[in-house]
Amino acid sequence: MNIKKTKEDVIHFIFLILGLIAVGSVLVITVYLVISGLPAIREIGLVDFLFGTRWASTAAEPEYGILPFILTSIYGTAGAIIIGVPIGFFAAVYLAKMAPKKVCAFMQLCIGVLAGIPSVVYGLVGMLILVPGIMAIFDVPDGASLLAAIIVLAVMILPSVINVSLTNLQAVPREYEEASLALGATTTETYFRVTVPAAKSGIFTAIVLGIGRAIGEAMAVMMVAGNVANMPSLFQSVRFLTTAVASEMSYSSGLQRQALFSIALVLFFFIMLINATLLVIKKRSQTV
Amino acid sequence: MKKLAMIALVALCAISFVFANGASESTQNVSTDGSTSMESVIGSLAEAYMAENPNVTVTYNPTGSGSGITAVSEGRCDIGLASRALTDDEKASGLTETVLALDGIAIIVNNSNPVNDLTLEQIAALYTGEVTNWSEVGGADAPVVLIGREAGSGTRDGFESITGTEDLCQYRQELTSTGDVITTVSTNPNAIGYASLSAVSDSVKTVTVNGVAPSEETVLSGEYLVQRPFVMATRSAEPLSEAAQSFFDYALSSEAAPIIAGAGAVPLN
Repeated sequence: MNIKKTKEDVIHFIFLILGLIAVGSVLVITVYLVISGLPAIREIGLVDFLFGTRWASTAAEPEYGILPFILTSIYGTAGAIIIGVPIGFFAAVYLAKMAPKKVCAFMQLCIGVLAGIPSVVYGLVGMLILVPGIMAIFDVPDGASLLAAIIVLAVMILPSVINVSLTNLQAVPREYEEASLALGATTTETYFRVTVPAAKSGIFTAIVLGIGRAIGEAMAVMMVAGNVANMPSLFQSVRFLTTAVASEMSYSSGLQRQALFSIALVLFFFIMLINATLLVIKKRSQTV
Repeated sequence: MKKLAMIALVALCAISFVFANGASESTQNVSTDGSTSMESVIGSLAEAYMAENPNVTVTYNPTGSGSGITAVSEGRCDIGLASRALTDDEKASGLTETVLALDGIAIIVNNSNPVNDLTLEQIAALYTGEVTNWSEVGGADAPVVLIGREAGSGTRDGFESITGTEDLCQYRQELTSTGDVITTVSTNPNAIGYASLSAVSDSVKTVTVNGVAPSEETVLSGEYLVQRPFVMATRSAEPLSEAAQSFFDYALSSEAAPIIAGAGAVPLN
């Protein structure tokens, strides 16, 4: 009996250790980012760093203002959400409620593939098709722009928006819809007046996950956005928080490198904010 | 039965892992670290050297000139690779530079661009934004789209210091690799970019600078102006390991010259 108990304890302990690996990783990354990100902010000054409008890290008189990156990340993510969420949301409603089984299976297969495509492939396709396309359609000198990044990001967030919305729409109890139909509502009315409101918190979760995916993407964006530290404008070459870190990291040194860690810290803060929002949504939906 | 096969497979993997480790212990390692522009040169040198000396492994870590110099001065690699001359500070910190080869930086435009020749001054004027339309330098009436590399890149550093445009370039795009620059210039009819001569292909047009086309001869003679050295940096205070010294000598030998040329750079010896 005792041996059995010790065995159980040992197994529990091992599982605890395994679980702690994830917790430990988060702690190590957080602590490391804070430690390596703060010195540059202290040296540059928080206001100059966050609200400075000029980034020239290797100039003779370097300037480290990341406001262009912050705004670009916000605008870019917002743009991707504005385009991607309606598409993803209506696609999810269609898949959950209206699509014939075969169509549904095929579409879900495609969405799965879309989710699995590496971001460098998104970037490459964007670079070879989207960027010249924008140049031709809008008659601008160069197509690498905020718009190109927004379109790429909008496509990239589709799988997570669709899948999470879909799961939540499917989880709505059948009785709700039947009650609505019995009262004489049409099916479309039922879906949008009953099913969607019932799945509201899940759909919010999908949007927040989409934001998280969009704000953290670096590779694909780096290949289509042009990466010049301009203030954001739809047809201008822009640099995101992620690409600011990624594009200069390999060659950086000294204060420049420290400033890149500070950018990463700011990005980390944004992602924490998104996670906190997600938690609040989940809590609310549980209490209701 | 399936379980047994699985166990056998895992055991096989484990054995091969141990065996592979054991085998690598007897080989010597030469580590190089630095300039991404030197990738094809170092890659082909390492390949040729390892074919002759199978017990030596030459590794190359493409981190960039600055990182390579830091790595060698901190003792994290045997040979640091830089696609620029070492600064006086770096030499004073105890590093020796040995020029391995010269590299021309090609100025590239889209194949459809009628411009064939630019002077160094015109290139500088284009990149600083003084000239914003191709018609001012003999091209079509179209805006100039400036493509460059990211801050810290050896190619950018080389290009800007040669043309005297440090911190003045009005880039439309800052890309992180030579390949991306070439791809972008090849897809935009109004683009101009710069890239290592060794990497340039037919997909873009190389313009002549002051009437001189970049080639091995014109780079070596100094007639082609947009060029930079490929440098091997070593620690002055301590000698290289036996294997590293042997690779170092090989890279500078006349035997290696055709290999360097084959990789697109201009050997000195």
